Amino acid sequence: MNKQEFPDLPKEKFVFVQQAENIHDARFETKAVGYFGDAWGRFKKNKGSVVAAFIILLLIIFAVFTPIFSTYDMSFTDSYYVYVLPKSNFLSRFGIWDGCTGKTVNQQTYDYYEACDAITAVKDSYESTVNGRTNTYYDIEVDSYRAVGYVYINLTPSEYEAARAYEEENGVRLFYPMVNTSKVAQEMNRDNANFWYEHNAKGVASREADGTLIPNFKTDDQSADGLSYYSLKMNGKQYQVRVYYYDWFTYLHGRAPCFLFGTDNLGHDILSRLASGARFSLMLSVIVSAINFLIGTVYGAIEGYYGGKLDLVMERIADVLYSIPYMVMFSLLQLRWGKEIGVVGALLLAFVLTGWISVASTVRTQFYRFKGQEYVLAARTLGASDARLIARCILPNALGTIITACILMVPSVIFTESSLSYLGVLNLDSSTLTSVGTMLSNAQTALSTYPHAILFPALFISLMMISFNLFGNGLRDALNPTLRGAEE
Amino acid sequence: MKSMATYILKRIVLMLCVCFIIMTICFVMIRMLPDQLPRGSGDYAAAVLAMRKAWGYDEPILTQYIIFLKKVFTEWDWGVCTKVGTYLTPVTSHIAQKLPATIAVNAWSMVVSIPLGLLFGIYAALKKNKWQDHVISVVIMLFISVPAYIYAFVVQYFLGFKLGWFPIVVASGTNYFSPEMLKSMVLPVMSMSFGTIASLMRAVRAELTETLTSDYMLLARTKGLTRRQATLRHALRNSMVPIMPMIISQFVMVLSGSLIIEKIFGIPGIGSTYVSSILERDYSLFLAVSMFYTVISLAATLVIDLSYGLVDPRIRIGGGKNNE
Repeated sequence: MNKQEFPDLPKEKFVFVQQAENIHDARFETKAVGYFGDAWGRFKKNKGSVVAAFIILLLIIFAVFTPIFSTYDMSFTDSYYVYVLPKSNFLSRFGIWDGCTGKTVNQQTYDYYEACDAITAVKDSYESTVNGRTNTYYDIEVDSYRAVGYVYINLTPSEYEAARAYEEENGVRLFYPMVNTSKVAQEMNRDNANFWYEHNAKGVASREADGTLIPNFKTDDQSADGLSYYSLKMNGKQYQVRVYYYDWFTYLHGRAPCFLFGTDNLGHDILSRLASGARFSLMLSVIVSAINFLIGTVYGAIEGYYGGKLDLVMERIADVLYSIPYMVMFSLLQLRWGKEIGVVGALLLAFVLTGWISVASTVRTQFYRFKGQEYVLAARTLGASDARLIARCILPNALGTIITACILMVPSVIFTESSLSYLGVLNLDSSTLTSVGTMLSNAQTALSTYPHAILFPALFISLMMISFNLFGNGLRDALNPTLRGAEE
Repeated sequence: MKSMATYILKRIVLMLCVCFIIMTICFVMIRMLPDQLPRGSGDYAAAVLAMRKAWGYDEPILTQYIIFLKKVFTEWDWGVCTKVGTYLTPVTSHIAQKLPATIAVNAWSMVVSIPLGLLFGIYAALKKNKWQDHVISVVIMLFISVPAYIYAFVVQYFLGFKLGWFPIVVASGTNYFSPEMLKSMVLPVMSMSFGTIASLMRAVRAELTETLTSDYMLLARTKGLTRRQATLRHALRNSMVPIMPMIISQFVMVLSGSLIIEKIFGIPGIGSTYVSSILERDYSLFLAVSMFYTVISLAATLVIDLSYGLVDPRIRIGGGKNNE
């Protein structure tokens, strides 16, 4: 549309748009969006990261509140309920998560479980002949809580009377007649309170015509029903009695045994152990991350701001520290100071000794990028001190990167801690302290027989690592839009 | 080329300095630990005292260090095993004896993971934003985040125990090519490879997607190259610049055993030796293996830096400010 094409546009066609008043810039109708508001807007769009953040929140809630609300505390142990299977009171009504396990057993074992009252279902029975001998096999469901069966326990007379009173009051049965051990076929089974039935030398029970087991109890003329209910120990100061452990547990703890995640090798409740371990791991990693954030920022800021020889020397120090393999560092500190400042103290020290280096190097790079820019020069000309320039002018530019580095440090600390305690270099196992790695390490010995003990800690740590990585990546994209899509 | 040689020399000297500093720190800290030698009573205690004297444990730490350095540099004597392995075997021969198992497992893991990682990474980049790419991205996320020992449990339980396809622990013996040995190494190799495959896949995918959208690719297509030709000859070669160093460093890392995987599968390698030297307080062995790991990780860094120049001639190794 140049002049040549429209040679004769009359002048009066041109009118001023605005003649009445002066023109001003219009006020912004919209609200200003700050750096973090902007980042939040970007973060929200990344669905994966939002879900991950939500999962992290759930895991934190789990770690913080489970120890408060759980039925058993973390130092709870039960010597009979070792490796019992996960059971949920609610879900067991639908036949899942019920603490039962399928087994194929021979006649002897079948009789034993029947005596324990542990068989919840018989799915199949079949005969098979091996080397001319015919054996019967059963496919059964065994309740791991009832498979403990009957046990002998020692009580003081007052405890015994209290339990007897409880029996009367509630109409439940706690005590069962003692077994006539002389008729138990195998020597090693004489201490086992479950062989209360008549059986032959191979352990196969003899049965009544209606199929019930024939009891084999110790008799006592003094007793009302002619059976013996206790034997005296320690010159009569203690009674040895025979109880059905499921009911006895219910009597002792006021509720039927039910461990949502099962129990481990020492009879600890896995649920509360896991929550406490998770709480420890999370707390450790947050503390480490915070300390490293502080040290790294200060160190990196000084390096980057002053530069020159100081930078060179400080970088070399960081280089040397950084080259020490982490195993060497951790094991040395554990060996040297593990006793004096405690295992956790030495662990913290090891994390802090090298962890800040990555933060420092990101801060340093950011300082190199921004310190020569005009606005910094302007601030300096106006008389801003070094401290002000560092803290108010340059550091805010690096904040996004630093925050991301700190968030991503959390999973790496959890990972390192769990590896070390798994290897046994770090010994965090006690009745009041545990970590996820320790639980994995303890459970690994029974991986093939009791996989549930390893399942929950493994699931927890996997979920934790995945969601922290997703969350960290989302946060990085949101806080540093220029780095979007770049990996690491 | 001359600057290259001086640069390498400079780096090696620097590396040796760092090694020396770390060794000094380790030595001093270890010698400050209590219970250098097992204690006992009667004749045994006297023997231990004599041994302490003979090995110079009663001297000041600095003197001990000088003695130690002299032995290391003149006779390559790093001390003897006291708790791990056979009593009084030289530490160096104990390590040499443990290395083959580690190398065997790591080499297999490398052979498996490098081609797979490259292949899947390239595939994901070519199918960018299609469902194949999304699936691969999820797999990458899973395998990178979840610790390797978790897969180790999973494969050990399902493939080793439930299905019984492979032995749960590595076969004993030193014949690393016998069929039983190979079969028993499948599970550890698998659990070691997942992480490497995933990180390789991620790097290849990220690099290749970037090069595929660059201007020279457009030029190549405009010249009349097919998509296949352009990808293979231009994009792939350029995207390999940051990938190759990753792969090359794998060759160095073959020597360093994975501590956890070796423990889980009972591999008698350098990693499990290291762990047992810590747990059983075998200090000479601990120091030697620590230095072994330090040297390897430093060497890997060095190799990565040098290989950038080998892979991409545009990058001048050791170039100054003006990239001369």
